Amino acid sequence: MSTSLLASAGVSAIQLGAAATGGPLLYGLMAKVRARAEGRAGAPVRQPLLDLWKLAGKERIHAGHSSVVLPLAPLVLIASTAAAVVIAPLISTGPALGRTSDVFVIVFLLLLGSVAVALGGLDTGTAFGGMGASRAMTIGALTEPALLVAVLALSIQAGTSNLPGIVSATLAHPGWAAPPERVLALAALVIVVLAETGRIPVDNPSTHLELTMIHEAMILEYAGPELALVTLGETMRLGLLLSLLANLFFPWGIAATASIPRLVLGLAVLAAKTAAIAGVIAVAEVSAAKLRLFRVPEILSAAFVLSVLAVVTGLVLP
Amino acid sequence: MSAALFLSGLGLGVAGSLAGAALPARARVPAASVLTAGACTTAFAAAAGVLASGGAVTASSAQILPLTGVTLSLDPLGAVFVITAAAVGAAASCYNVGYAARGGGSRTATALLPLFITSLLLVPAAASIATFMAAWELMALSSLLLLLTGHRRREVRDAAQWYAVMTHAGAAAILLAFVLIGAHAGGQSFAAIRAHAGAVPPAVRSLAFVLALAGFASKAGAVPLHVWLPRAHPEAPSPVSALMSGAMVNLGIYGIVRTGDGLLRGGEMWWWLAVAGLGVTSALFGGIHAAASSDLKRLLAYSTADNMGLVLTGVGVAGALAVTGHRVLAALAMIAALFQLVNHSAFKGCLFLAAGSVQRAAGTRDLDSLGGLLRRLPVTAALFGIAALSICALPPFSGFASEWLLLQGFLRGFTAHGAATATALLAGVAALALTGGLTAAAFVKAFGIGFLGQPRTPGAAAAGEAHPAMTVGTALLAVPCLVLGVVPGAVVPLLARAAATALGGPWPDPLQAGPGLAIAGSADVIQPVLLAAALLAGLALAWGLVRLRARAGAERGHRARRAEAWGCGRELQTARMQYTATSFAEPLQRVFDDVLRPDHDLDVSHLAESRYFEQAITYRSRIDDAIERGAYRPLTAGVQRWGEVARRAQNGSVHRYLGYGFAALVILLVVLA
Repeated sequence: MSTSLLASAGVSAIQLGAAATGGPLLYGLMAKVRARAEGRAGAPVRQPLLDLWKLAGKERIHAGHSSVVLPLAPLVLIASTAAAVVIAPLISTGPALGRTSDVFVIVFLLLLGSVAVALGGLDTGTAFGGMGASRAMTIGALTEPALLVAVLALSIQAGTSNLPGIVSATLAHPGWAAPPERVLALAALVIVVLAETGRIPVDNPSTHLELTMIHEAMILEYAGPELALVTLGETMRLGLLLSLLANLFFPWGIAATASIPRLVLGLAVLAAKTAAIAGVIAVAEVSAAKLRLFRVPEILSAAFVLSVLAVVTGLVLP
Repeated sequence: MSAALFLSGLGLGVAGSLAGAALPARARVPAASVLTAGACTTAFAAAAGVLASGGAVTASSAQILPLTGVTLSLDPLGAVFVITAAAVGAAASCYNVGYAARGGGSRTATALLPLFITSLLLVPAAASIATFMAAWELMALSSLLLLLTGHRRREVRDAAQWYAVMTHAGAAAILLAFVLIGAHAGGQSFAAIRAHAGAVPPAVRSLAFVLALAGFASKAGAVPLHVWLPRAHPEAPSPVSALMSGAMVNLGIYGIVRTGDGLLRGGEMWWWLAVAGLGVTSALFGGIHAAASSDLKRLLAYSTADNMGLVLTGVGVAGALAVTGHRVLAALAMIAALFQLVNHSAFKGCLFLAAGSVQRAAGTRDLDSLGGLLRRLPVTAALFGIAALSICALPPFSGFASEWLLLQGFLRGFTAHGAATATALLAGVAALALTGGLTAAAFVKAFGIGFLGQPRTPGAAAAGEAHPAMTVGTALLAVPCLVLGVVPGAVVPLLARAAATALGGPWPDPLQAGPGLAIAGSADVIQPVLLAAALLAGLALAWGLVRLRARAGAERGHRARRAEAWGCGRELQTARMQYTATSFAEPLQRVFDDVLRPDHDLDVSHLAESRYFEQAITYRSRIDDAIERGAYRPLTAGVQRWGEVARRAQNGSVHRYLGYGFAALVILLVVLA
């Protein structure tokens, strides 16, 4: 009992470390791929990590009228994302607290982080903070139905909403990877992940054009260590969502036992899978334009329709 | 024992009302509040005893109501509703001490508040048609009069008119339903009706259920019978708002469950699909309006319609599953609905009380005029924040636990094959998800615009912390938001008993015991205690790391430096440059334009010399209830026209009245001959 507890705690520690370094690296990788695709050399892949380290050592500066919420929001973002990373099956199906690793818990933990950052944006008492928060909450609200219904489709198929359970069920019945309901749910979740991580066509992470930015507007007043925390939280979230996408649909390679070689293999396979997904997204971003804000609901409702179809197909097909 | 305790609670409530009516001005509010709080505590204890033992307590008296007598019976289902009413009642009467300290402590209001609370405790215990209707009317009238204590304002009079008409139309429908059932079942006590429910012909049962559903759903604020709710709840005095949204709407749900599952013993599939349909509609409509509203209390009122919609969806799914024989699944959905209802009482009561403190402190409840209140009302802001996090279903607060259970109920329901149930379940999940997101947007707006940033008006800038009694009353309801969220396992088994009573149990418990929530026979578990611990650990870790790096990096002080926010190079940043609630809600308002149908009004006046130069631009935008405008306005206009016709006939001329008399006589003679 105690050894398995120790093993699952170890798994979670590795996952946390992997997300804290892997998330920024994925972000750097996507920037690099975009740069290369656009014919530029681009910054090194490790640049986001160096930026974080530099920012963390800087002076703390708060906007004039802000309250305690401004510095608290990044901490809540980090804590909620870290909690989700710890319990999610990323490199192994047996993370710490894996029994309570419910897919709805992850969804609402991510929402907690979004709410915290939006409140941080409003706390600055400026037009940009409010604008970013308003847009981010609008998109978040419209993403939620597609997300929950897609997740529901997966839970119905696996007969449980426990994430390690869903992943194990997919591993045990490899034939499942092909059925139409999973393809539909995958399509819906890809759109959701793009929206949740603020990528093109929903938001452009590299823009600072005042009228178009969403996430960047919200965090405009953050500086120094707090900016480092927000950026770390957002990149960890990117890593988490890409890993979940990888593990829910292509779980092969994830460690089913907590032996060290299997965990190393799991980590390597996860890195390869997420890097591949990140690369595909980055290439797609280069060839697509950001949508107008009021066109975004259209693709989000398309994602919702896909996820409803996923549930219905799952129920109708034997 | 429990019966005596409950009756003494009711007695204390009546005593509180008498004290409020009889005592001199200085003593009446504290005396009435203490007596009412005592009444609530006693009733709470009695109801908790009923829930713990699982049996019902009864009492009856032939002396109180002539001809029929009064029959009371408190079973575990009723006890849940007594507990929610008692908790909100105790908090509201504590709050009222501070609220009445500066105006609002009139003799009428002080006497009526305990009476309203007592009637809320009485309704779930009523066990015969006459007792139920008497308690129901007492509740309707006392709350109506409490609303009318602010009758000097036009909005209040309008709201009271809507409320009076809707509540009495509802009561008439309920009475008709009960009379239909009672006539066929041969008795007016609920026990007799239950025993002879099989004797009622199916068509009569369905008719009675539809009538009862209309009456009770209007009390619960279900769309499209909700129109009184977003008018009356915001305009009532704040303790009354909290009681209306936290306790009174619950009784609408109680009525549906008691009539449909209890008295009529399940009934037909389409009843429950209709209930679920009403629930989904209200959840979506309420959620969208809450997200678009910029009036703090109106936002809360629409969010009540939204939450009651979720509860109704759960009740409808439970009823449909019970009809098809999936009893354990039905029990799970019912427990989830009751849990959501209990949590809603706590967080919505807390939110309304906190909103009342804000209104009192800043002189307005318009979010566009508030701002920066976190520094001015820190305690109220923190309590509002806790309740807001809870209503947004964020872990580890209470709303998350009940929404998780509701989602589990819906997820399990799919194993009961059937196209109709599956459609209802899918709609339920989609509604829950969309309203979840909209609620988050609405409450980020309420907290972020109201409490953060800079004050937008001098009133908000001059606001100060609320009276201690008001903060204590608000805090009383913030505690369950935390406790029920972190250790839901402490309460949910008791709700399982209530669900079993509602559905005519006892059935196998769908949940496993423990501090968290676990679905029996599956891998689905949440442990909010561990989740809360993980979150706190994460907070501490992140904070520690930042501190460590900051200390290693430089020899600077630990206090953050303040700097002017970025304003595109502009030096002066004023409060007017902030986003307002209206601008915050604008994207969502545009997305849901078809539901909200806002009125836009743009007036541009030009200089006389040239049309290229504007002199003044006025822009007005308001969001009325589209259902009120589309469905109710024609109705009221029709009644109005009919009234005009009647007035033309009654013009005061004696000759005309003599003519009417003569005509009537002639017609009578012709008919008789």
